[in-house]
Amino acid sequence: MREPFIFRIFAALDARTRLGVAAFLAAALLLVPVLHLALPADSAFHVSTYAITLLGKIMCYAIVAVAMDLIWGYGGILSLGHGIFFALGGYAFGMYLMRQIGRDGSYQSDLPDFMVFLDWKQLPWYWSGSDSFLWVALLVVAVPALVAFVFGYFAFRSRIKGVYFSIITQALTYAAMLLFFRNETGFGGNNGFTDFKRVLGYTITSPETRLVLFGLTAAVLAFTFLFARWLVASKFGRVLTAIRDAESRVMFIGYDPLWFKLFIWTLSAVLCGIAGALYVPQVGIINPSEMSVANSIEIAIWVAVGGRGTLIGPIVGAFVVNLAKSWFTVSFPEYWLFFLGLLFIVVTLLLPQGLVGLWKTAWKTAWKTLRQTKEAQA
Amino acid sequence: MSARDVLRKIIGIELDESSQFGYPARQRMLDVSHNVILYLDDITVSFDGFKALNKLNLTIDAGELRCIIGPNGAGKTTMMDVITGKTRPDSGTAFFGQTVDLTRLSEPQIAHVGIGRKFQKPTIFEQHSVFENLELAMITDKRALTTLTAWLCDDDRDRIADTLRQIRLDKEADRPAGLLSHGQKQWLEIGMLLMQEPKLLLLDEPVAGMTDDETMRTAELFVSLAGKHSLVVVEHDMAFVKALGGKVTVLHEGSVLAEGGLDAVQNDQRVIEVYLGR
Repeated sequence: MREPFIFRIFAALDARTRLGVAAFLAAALLLVPVLHLALPADSAFHVSTYAITLLGKIMCYAIVAVAMDLIWGYGGILSLGHGIFFALGGYAFGMYLMRQIGRDGSYQSDLPDFMVFLDWKQLPWYWSGSDSFLWVALLVVAVPALVAFVFGYFAFRSRIKGVYFSIITQALTYAAMLLFFRNETGFGGNNGFTDFKRVLGYTITSPETRLVLFGLTAAVLAFTFLFARWLVASKFGRVLTAIRDAESRVMFIGYDPLWFKLFIWTLSAVLCGIAGALYVPQVGIINPSEMSVANSIEIAIWVAVGGRGTLIGPIVGAFVVNLAKSWFTVSFPEYWLFFLGLLFIVVTLLLPQGLVGLWKTAWKTAWKTLRQTKEAQA
Repeated sequence: MSARDVLRKIIGIELDESSQFGYPARQRMLDVSHNVILYLDDITVSFDGFKALNKLNLTIDAGELRCIIGPNGAGKTTMMDVITGKTRPDSGTAFFGQTVDLTRLSEPQIAHVGIGRKFQKPTIFEQHSVFENLELAMITDKRALTTLTAWLCDDDRDRIADTLRQIRLDKEADRPAGLLSHGQKQWLEIGMLLMQEPKLLLLDEPVAGMTDDETMRTAELFVSLAGKHSLVVVEHDMAFVKALGGKVTVLHEGSVLAEGGLDAVQNDQRVIEVYLGR
């Protein structure tokens, strides 16, 4: 009998990764809460609410980046529409948060404000059950999975590849955005869902709730990372990279690439949906702009900047690009898009392996120089 | 039409009880009772009016080692594409044994019924180690969800080690396959074919880029495989064809021009005309 799955995931890790993940979790689950709650606001080590929201948001993006890397870095499939899965998860959980407002909205109705505003008398059928946390948690996983599975099945079966696939994913997310923009589709139009008050009955803006959401996001990120590590090191992962490098050879030795692509594609979408659901209560809003094409392209940029085909790379990329973004959009808002474009060009031309590749090369060079000097001295 | 047929039409998934995700149980399927493993009957394939194959007829006996020669554009590679499901013929039938209709199966399904193919240009997984290349090729349940939890037992490792010795790459097992020499890559691809344990091996120019010594060792290997496996070898290297010693088929403009022993074929007037020009 083999060991349970969860043990195998941990057994496959090297000491450095275990230490790194443990340190990350300790910081997110212990250090940050203590620094936030115990220290006075004027202390140099106080972690502000702003910082917690920002880091929580970026961790959600990091989950998306890892999901993107699984299909792009390992599967060789570039999706430029991953925002749709993120937004679907976000909308599903957002509706739960809307229902949690109860009669505390502007119109004191059981219905969400935007529905009252549109003079709707009852919830549309697809939102029935959205006051149940468990049902919504299921939707967060099942809706992105279903959309990804159906879309992926037909796309991969028709052997749509490369740039054609990327363009179709763009069209998919764009079409979804237009759909969600409309008032009559029941997704709140261009304002989306906002003004949340509670989650599971707890005040959503209280420091404790924020810290729980923050810690939960960190735990999901850590688990996503570990699971992805295990997956890419498994035989499945080897077949996946084999499909990326020589798909016809894979077919002629008897693997059907369709099911491998479809599995990783659907998994990637589910991870994005979960990230979206964690994002919405922390940021406090979900609207159709999350499905814009530009947002989805940005996901690919995080991965490219960090280094695709490594799992730590996308996380680094998501943090670096988004920290830069939050600084830029405050200091020089009009230059952010230029900077993003420049970053993409620089990475594509000079750093095909991303920041992680740069770090590895620098480390190797430093090590070599050190050894040479030692030999020269001896 | 039953509901199952309708579903099959719409989504294209085989729902046969004996197969899951469309992989037939291979033992039950292959019937070589007439001692013939491959029938190609009246196969025509045209690309924009150009007939790459023109009413091609070819049968391969079980355990046979057959060489296919012919000038460029004779249809050799297209023939392999038809057998392995990459190209669908416009007309004609292709049967593997008595019962398996190759024109109805996908590439992975054809691999599962027992046909292995080596490409003209060595096609291996350059980023994977030599060992991993063989591991991926090894005959096993290759469905996605089973692959997710697949692991190697000691027998599997022994089999990979045996093949590594057979293709003389045991010292390179942990190197990335992309770093091998051209000849070694050819051998690795042959090794991957052996790991699949196919009944029929299709080998497209297997010794291109090999040294004379490597070429002769390859010939020895193929001769030793014949009998247990059936082999179809496309090759230009006449010394190699001679060393294999099997029956030779000459293709020209998409159909069979001549068939027989190498000497007989080489002295055939039509073959000489085709090769030397009229």
